[in-house]
This record gives sequence, structure tokens and C-alpha cells, in this order.
Amino acid sequence: MGDLPRALGVATLETLYMTSVASVLVALAGLPLGVLLVVTDRGGLWPVPALNRTLGTLVNVGRSIPFIILMVAIVPLTRLVVGTTIGTTAAIVPLVVAAIPFMGRVVEQALREVDAGRVEAAVAMGSTPLRIILRVLLPESLPSLVRGAALVVISLLGYSAMAGAVGGGGLGDLAVKYGYMRFRVDVMWGCLAVLLVLVQLLQWLGERLASRFDHTRSTSSPSPDHT
Amino acid sequence: MIELRGVGKVFGQGARQVTALHDVSLHVPPGEVFGVLGRSGAGKSTLLRCANLLERPTRGEVRVAGQDLLSLSPRELRQARQGIGMIFQHFNLFASRTVEGNVAYPLEVMGLPREAIRTRVAELLSRVGLSDKARAYPAQLSGGQKQRVGIARALAPRPRVLLSDEATSALDPETTRSVLGLLKDLQQQLGLTLLLITHQLEVVKALCGSVAVLEGGRLVEQGRVQELLARPESRLRALCFPPLSEQQEPGSAGGQRVELSLTDAHARSPLISTLARRFDVDVLLLEGAVERVGEARVGRLLVELHGSPGAVAEARTFLREQGLSAGEASHG
Repeated sequence: MGDLPRALGVATLETLYMTSVASVLVALAGLPLGVLLVVTDRGGLWPVPALNRTLGTLVNVGRSIPFIILMVAIVPLTRLVVGTTIGTTAAIVPLVVAAIPFMGRVVEQALREVDAGRVEAAVAMGSTPLRIILRVLLPESLPSLVRGAALVVISLLGYSAMAGAVGGGGLGDLAVKYGYMRFRVDVMWGCLAVLLVLVQLLQWLGERLASRFDHTRSTSSPSPDHT
Repeated sequence: MIELRGVGKVFGQGARQVTALHDVSLHVPPGEVFGVLGRSGAGKSTLLRCANLLERPTRGEVRVAGQDLLSLSPRELRQARQGIGMIFQHFNLFASRTVEGNVAYPLEVMGLPREAIRTRVAELLSRVGLSDKARAYPAQLSGGQKQRVGIARALAPRPRVLLSDEATSALDPETTRSVLGLLKDLQQQLGLTLLLITHQLEVVKALCGSVAVLEGGRLVEQGRVQELLARPESRLRALCFPPLSEQQEPGSAGGQRVELSLTDAHARSPLISTLARRFDVDVLLLEGAVERVGEARVGRLLVELHGSPGAVAEARTFLREQGLSAGEASHG
């Protein structure tokens, strides 16, 4: 462990690998989940109360299991999917399973913020439910979705450090093995610094993207009526 | 064009049931501007939403352009809705789309080719006077401009029917007038059938040929605006001309107070001078108003007639004969 920068670099890449692959998978699954949570609700675009209740319960169960326990509990699933339970790729499985319900709720919340009047207008114009989802609900909630996604990705980063600690590699693994067990304070601080920078970067990026999509604040003062 | 027959709407179930509409029937012929006037909570919004099934009536029949909407499949209903435009109190524009994008939306729903959409959107924006705002987002517009976008969007698919849900209630008086003017012009140019709900009497006076008054979910009155205003006992008239002050003014002893209901013909004739010349009475104007309703004028005056008892009696007979419904007014 003489080469701290090099070790940090490898660990950072591993963390980024876990987080980014997990983020993509979580987004792919969480988006439809959130949409379903909204549209199948009573009074929704496609009301199926039974499905809504089932999904809601599943999400709550998923969200109430502490990550460290979930990781161990789904070892059989991880083995089935990846073929092994150790390593960065194996760590992605519990990360995804843990974050999908979270992402689902984030998407649900963003979609529920969309003013009901706009949805009503779309219905009145003869839109199909699918069109309303794709062309009204999702675009109208895009700023909230992006902010929510940043939140989820940052959480994944934190989870990935935990996953790393039990054999997944990455910054968490490095910090625990060297920083904690071998009293290498410099390694510990190095890992923390990288994580801090990553979180800041993600937050900044999320906010920037979100404001870019947000057209609800007038960029210039409204022009007076020349009507 | 729009026909509601025996429409009822009940919200909730069991003990928590609330009846929003009781047996409402109305008929709007093609090209007519029909207003539903009522206070908030009277069920106006529910009534309007029944006309395109945003709200499904619990009972009754809804026919628009000859189609029985309640019998349509979801697909057919979506098709029918493309022929029924709707504008809203809070505009309900899509914040993520530009002005152009908002107006284009219903055309996308119809599956029009891109080029046709572009042409139609430009045409509509120039029609509502917002060509220079095509690339702006709704948040950058004033209330009046937003409603103009709302109108352009509603008219994009060339509907024959337009529903207006308190379209001017969120606007200031000046903007309200200009939006009403635009609606009136478009209605006439395009021969639209317009069903609007409002709590603003001035909207009815400015736009509507016919009106229905809704109270507690029931239509309590329905008819041509001018006819209702000419009828002394009508609700519309009572809303338009609230009861005159009851105070007895001293110093006008010997006069007889008469309340006059003016229809268009009266308002155009030199009524007061005729009275004075023919019956040797003096006419004192105490209170009153003459208002424009569409092309016509209607009014209500409280006058006091002074003169010999015989002359006053003759004058009153004349007023009655003229159909001025010279109602009983308190004696001064």
C-alpha cells in the first residue's frame, strides 16, 4: 500500500463503475415503477387499485429493509444473476434491488406534483393515457425527476461504499481495509475526500440539469398585456 | 349541438354522498353562445365537465354534435373530444412546452404531419395576436397572454364546440374585456358553439345569447338573455339589477314612485320626454341603470311622477300599456 494515489484511483473507478451501472438499471426499473404507482391509483389514468396496493406494499417492504441486511439476504439472487457473490459486479445486484423502490417513490412524488389541471386539459384534448404519461406527465415533471435522480445516485454512492466493505471493492472497501483495519488515516481521508468531491459534483450536475429543464420560473419579467 | 338531458351527478358513496347536479337539462343550438351563471359551489364546473365527460354523469344523457357521448368506447370518446375544445380558468398550459408547443399539442394528438402542424400553429398564433411569443414559455407570459394561448390551443383542431370554464375569472377587468372580445370575434368568425360557465355577470352580458342560472345543482332559470332581462321577476334580472334602495326620501311629497323595466325598444325611445309632454307630469329620476347586453340595451329606472292625480294615473296606464311593467313602487 505504498502507492496511495494509485490505490485511490482504482477504488474510485470501481465505485464509479458500481454506481453508474446500478444507476442506469435503477432508472430503467424505477421510472416505470413510479409511473405505475401514480397511474394505477384510484382516480388515476389507468386505475387498478389492487395492483397499486401491491406495488405500494412491495416498495414499502423494500424500503424498510436496512441495506446491509438486504445485501446478505439476497445473496442467492446475486449468485443466480452474476454467478458469484464477491466483487464489484456482484455488489451491483443488491444496490439495484435496494434503490429501485426508492427511485419508484421519487418518480411517484415528482409525477404527483404535476398540476391535475394540465392532465385534465390533455384528457380533454383526446390524448391516450400513454401519450399523457410520455408527453405530459414526464416532461412536466422533468426538473423534479432530475433532482430526484441526483438524490438516488448519491444514495447509491453511499450504498456502494457499504457494499464494497463486504467484498465489493471500491472506496468503501479501501477505507475499511486500510484506513480502519490498518490505521492508515491518510487512506481513510483520501477516500472521504474523493467521496465528498463525487457527491458535490453529482449534486451540482443534478441541480444544473434540473434548472435547465425548468421553465416554470420566468427568465424575464412577463411583458405587459398589449391586448 | 350540445344537449344535456336529465343529467345528475353524485359524488361519494353512502352517507358521504354529495349531489352536485340534479336533473339538469339544457340545449345549445349550433352557433349559440350559452352561459351558465352561478355562484361558486353551484355545480357549474361539474356541469361543464359533463359536456365532454371529464366528469361522467351518474344519470342522464349527454349529446354533442349528435353523438351520445356516454355510449362511446374510450377510443371513440377520445376522437369526439378532439372536436370539443376547452379553455380553463387557470389556463392549464404545459409549462415544459413553449407557446408553439402548447398549441401544437392537440395537433400531435390528431397525428398531423409536422409541416401541417407548423402552418396551423403559426396561423393560430397570429389569430390570437401572439406570433411574437411563439418561442416563449408560459411562465414568461401575462395572464391575458396565457389565456390567448389556451384559446389557440383549444381551437387548433378546428372544433365546432368550445367549452369555457371560468376563462376570465383569473384576469383583471381590462384583460377580461380583451379576452372576451377575442372569444366573441372567434366565435362569430368560426361559427363556434360556445358553452361557458361563469360567475361574472359581465361575461353573460358581453357574450351570451342564452343563459341558464344554476343554484344548488339545479337550473332555476333558462332562456334568451334579453328576454330574461326584460322579465321583471327573472333571476337574471335580479342579479343584473339588484333591488333598489328602500329608503324613503323626504322632500318629494306628492310624487308617485314607479319602477320601470326597460327592454331594448324602450331604451331606444325618448321615454321620459314623451311622458312629460303627453301627460303633464314631471318625472324625477331617482335611481337606475341602462346596460348594454350584446347588441341590445336593457335597464331599470326608479322614477317619481309629479302632477295632478289624474295625470299621474294616466301616465301610469300609459307606462303599463307600453309594457314597461310599471311595477308597484312605494309612495313617496
